[in-house]
This record gives sequence, C-alpha cells and structure tokens, in this order.
Amino acid sequence: MSTTDQGPPGPDWETIQQSAEFTQLRRRLRGFVFPMTIAFLAWYLLYVLLSDYAHEFMATKVFGNIDIGLIFGLLQFVSTFLITSLYVRHANRKLDPVADKIRADVEGGAQK
Amino acid sequence: MKLAAGVEGSNTWLNIGIFGLFVVITLVIVFRASRTSKTAVDYYAAGHSFTGAQNGVAISGDYLSAASFLGIAGAIAVNGYDGFLYSIGFLVAWLIALLLVAELLRNTGKYTMGDVLAFRMRQRPVRAAAATSTLVVSFFYLLAQMAGAGGLVALLLNIENKAGQALVIAVVGIVMILYVIIGGMRGTTWVQIIKATLLIAGAFLMTVWVLGKYGFNLSSLLGAAVERVGEGGAALLDPGKQYGATGVSRLDFVSLALALVLGTAGLPHILMRFYTVPTAKEARKSVVWAIWLIGIFYLFTLVLGYGAGALVGADVISAAPGGVNSAAPLLAYALGGTVLLGIIAAVAFATILAVVAGLTITASASFAHDIYANVIKKGEADDKEAEVRVARITALVIGAVAIGGGIIANGQNIAFLVALAFAVAASANLPTILYSLFWKGFNTRGALWSIYGGLIVCVGLIIFSPAVSGGEKSMFPSVDFHWFPLSNPGLVSIPVAFLLGYIGSKTSKESDEKKYAEMEVRSLTGAGAEKAVSH
Repeated sequence: MSTTDQGPPGPDWETIQQSAEFTQLRRRLRGFVFPMTIAFLAWYLLYVLLSDYAHEFMATKVFGNIDIGLIFGLLQFVSTFLITSLYVRHANRKLDPVADKIRADVEGGAQK
Repeated sequence: MKLAAGVEGSNTWLNIGIFGLFVVITLVIVFRASRTSKTAVDYYAAGHSFTGAQNGVAISGDYLSAASFLGIAGAIAVNGYDGFLYSIGFLVAWLIALLLVAELLRNTGKYTMGDVLAFRMRQRPVRAAAATSTLVVSFFYLLAQMAGAGGLVALLLNIENKAGQALVIAVVGIVMILYVIIGGMRGTTWVQIIKATLLIAGAFLMTVWVLGKYGFNLSSLLGAAVERVGEGGAALLDPGKQYGATGVSRLDFVSLALALVLGTAGLPHILMRFYTVPTAKEARKSVVWAIWLIGIFYLFTLVLGYGAGALVGADVISAAPGGVNSAAPLLAYALGGTVLLGIIAAVAFATILAVVAGLTITASASFAHDIYANVIKKGEADDKEAEVRVARITALVIGAVAIGGGIIANGQNIAFLVALAFAVAASANLPTILYSLFWKGFNTRGALWSIYGGLIVCVGLIIFSPAVSGGEKSMFPSVDFHWFPLSNPGLVSIPVAFLLGYIGSKTSKESDEKKYAEMEVRSLTGAGAEKAVSH
C-alpha cells in the first residue's frame, strides 16, 4: 500500500528507527524469534531424519505398544505448545509495552 | 460389491438431510452478515472486526481441510506411523506463522500478500507477481478439494455414476459461490467458525468413543490395530512403512517434510485471515488459538486413524469406494451406526465447502485488489465499489473454474495436488515474505526472481516428477516423461527460491532506506496500521 494517500509530512521514520527505544524493541523481538525458529526447525528436522533413517531406534518399545517414535512425535506437539506459550509471555511482557509506547508517540505526534 | 463395503448402513437421505440443514443454517447467517458488508474492507477483511479467538477458530476451519480429516485418519489407519508424520509437519509449521509472519504482516498490509510486498518496492510488478502465485496456489488447493468432493460423494451418498457425482460437485460449488459473493469475508468467516466447531466436536466425540472401547489405554488401542492386521501388523507402529522402501523414497520424505513445515506460512488463504482482526496483538491471539485447536485435532486423528485400523480394518478401508479417505466415515458407522455416519458425512462435506469458500475469496481478492485496482487501474481508481464488484465477478469465475476442474479432476490423486500447493507456497511465497519483513537489502528484482523463479522451478519439477508420469500412482500412468526422481520438489525448489531472492537483490542497485525505516517501525509497533471498521 502506498503512503502517498496519508497526506502531508508523516513521522520521521528514520529517526524513530534509530532511536534507543526502537533498537531495543527490535533486539528483543529478533533475539527471541530467530534463535527459537532455528531451535524448533532443528528439533523438527532431527525428528524427521530419525523417523526416516533410524527405524530400529524409533521402533524401540518403551512400555506396552508405545515406542520411542510415538513419544518423539508427541513431544513435537508438546514443544509446539510450549514455544507458543513462551512466545506469548515474552510478547506480553517484553514487546507489547515498548511497541505500544512508540506507537502512541508516533500517532500522537502525527496528529499535531 | 465393493460399494457394499463402503456404504453399508449408510442412509443417503439422512446424510443429505443433515448436510442440507448445515447449508440452510450457514446461508441464513451469511445473509445476515451480508447486511453489514458494503465496502471493500468489509468484503476483503470483514472490516478487521473479528476477535482473536473468533479468527483463531476460523483459521483452524480454513486449515483443517478434507485432507487433514479424511486423509490423515486414513493414512494412519493404512500406513500407520507414517501417516502421523503429516500431522506433525502441518502443526509445527504454525510456529513460523506465529513467530515470524502473522503480526508483522497484519501491521504492514491491508488485504493481501501483495500489500506487504508493495510497501517498499515497485508496486505494479510485485503485485502482479504476488497475485500470480496466489492464484496458482489457490487453484491447486481448490482443485484438490473439489476432486475430493467427488470421491466423498461416491462413498457417502451412494452416487456411483460420474454424471451424478458431477451434479453434486456443481451443487457444492454453487453453494460456495453464494457464501462468498453474498457474505464476503464476514460471511465466509462465520462459515469457517461453524464448520470448525462441528468438525472438532465430531472428532472429539469419536475419539472419546474409540478410547472408551479400549479402557482409555492408548497402548491397548495400538495393540488392537496391530492384531487386526495380523501378520506384519507390528510395522503399523513404526516409521518407514510408507516411505522407508528405498533411498529415493526416504529423500522424498525429507522433501515433503520441508514443504509442509515451510508451506503453511505462505498459504494465501491463511495469510489473508490475519487481516480480519483489528490489531497485531489479536492476530497473535488468533494464531495461538489456531495452534491449540489444530494440535488437539491432530491428536484426535491419531486415535481415529488407529481406531479405524482396529475396528474397521485396513483391508476393508482400502477396498471401500474412496479408498483411504473412507477410514473416518467407516469408523463412524462402526461406532454409532447410520446416524453417526450421517453426521460425520455432513461434517466432511461442510469441511470441503468451507475450505473452498475460503480459497475462492482469497483468489478473488488478490485478483481484484492487486491486479485490477493496482496494476490495471494503477491504483488511481477511487471507486472502491467497482473493485468489490470485480472481486465478486472474479469469485463467480473462480467458482465456475473450480466446478469444471473438480469434475475433470474427479478421481485424481488428491494428496499430490495438496502437496503441490504447499510446495508452491513454500517456494514462491515464503522466501519473499520473510525477506521483505526482515531484510533491508531486499528489493523488486529479488522479489520477482524469488516468486517467479520459485514458481517455475517448483511447478516444472512437479511436471517432470513421478507424481505426473511414469508410475502406477501417477496422474498419467500410461506415459513416462519423468526425470526428476522425487514426487515433492520442496527440497530443491525452496532453497533455489531463497537463493534467487538473494542474488536478485544483490545484483540490483534499487534500495529505499526511508521506506524500509517506515516499514520496519510500522511492522514492529503497529503505528499507522489499518484500524477496525465499526458499524
């Protein structure tokens, strides 16, 4: 979408981008989501490769008819739910307050 | 004789009656919703006015297609553990949407994926590219759903001849067009919410029922499934039954796993759902709801799949009309007789109907908003009514194409079409979205190379893969022009698309620091984002 329809001089985005507050917000977001993405993708690929190339290991029975493969698979569900909850907590505590403040500054300033 | 195994006990009129009731109720709701759908933002994004929870339920409705419900339950019943692997890929994929895409997309766009790309690049070429890949992904996904409807008709309504099936596909298509044209995004969202509730409730009921039969002991259920197969049944519980055969089939599995996990966050009908909520925080909430609902639903399908294996039997399922797709309906009959079969059959139909409606509105929005309003009219058409009119006409055309395609593709290999849609989404859409949101150096050439390159490589490799020719399960089994060994191209086409986006950007001098600054601040803070419309 274009910004030309937003009328005369908008906020100075480059100054905001370089502000200490915004740098902190970006660091907090990227510092969480990038390592977490690498971690869950690695964990997922480990699971895929084990299922694909380590059949005997995955077929080891743990109790009854439940084998390591099934437990590993269910752990993928657990880790997905866990990462989801961790991210929500991180976003509520560390991201939203900073983002809200910057937005309020930007939108307040634009109305003057 | 084969038919008897599939529909024994099925009461056609009961099935049609329950399904008809669903259609009537949803149509009434869609009509009511349409009274507040007047403007472009209503038609495309339901006025950005749904809550996170509502949208989360609707996302799971959009995502849990017939492939998820019938396909995965059937795959687990017949192939055991290897079927379970699908559901894990489909679920883990949501973390990419949650962590990297949903909120930033909501903050920087308005209605479509093209909006995000056009933010800091040359509008017309990138919008045309985004709309092209949206239409291609939607088309393959649509075709898969409509082709699945034909098989389902055979199983559930006892309609065996092709003409009768074609008629039902046409009726399904017409109802879906009505949803979209009358209700716009608001009506379609309500259809998704109702359908998701019915589907999850139905699966929950059957899961408890199956577990109850085995004393709520998963291990006994697995044991019963193994016993039912008899000799060699133990393989059901271990990985490798379907994909472990050869080195190539194992590599094919890695390729599929990659396409599944990276495809979801590039599916246009999923991306568009993030615009139906008022803020990025609500977009986050909707993904969280979706992850829980989808995850729990896939745990149900694990029980349903092994339950069908134990109570119906893989041999009976494979022999039934509809093949593996009939596992869940047959299990319903084994558990609750004619009535439960009728309910589950109606839910399965509702599932196809709702997913098709979601795809149609996405494709029509992309055409009207990106191509008509911004490429053809160069963004100068202030007449938003004309844009929505074009969107409605496009929905009509896409609906007609889907009906025609569904009739032609009736009986084709559904899984191949769905996997193709995911591979194209992961190759053509995801790299561009991620680069655009996170990389300052990304520019128009990078976007075009990545989208068109990913699209061409992905579709090209599919055409020359064993999925299309040269194998027993191919689309054209009688000819052989395949040279690419894998059925799923993701392992090659996804890295190629990322690489093309990088090289394209590096070789172009275009760079707009100011625009990137604006996009980054807005994407992270929500400043200046599209607000909800109140009525």
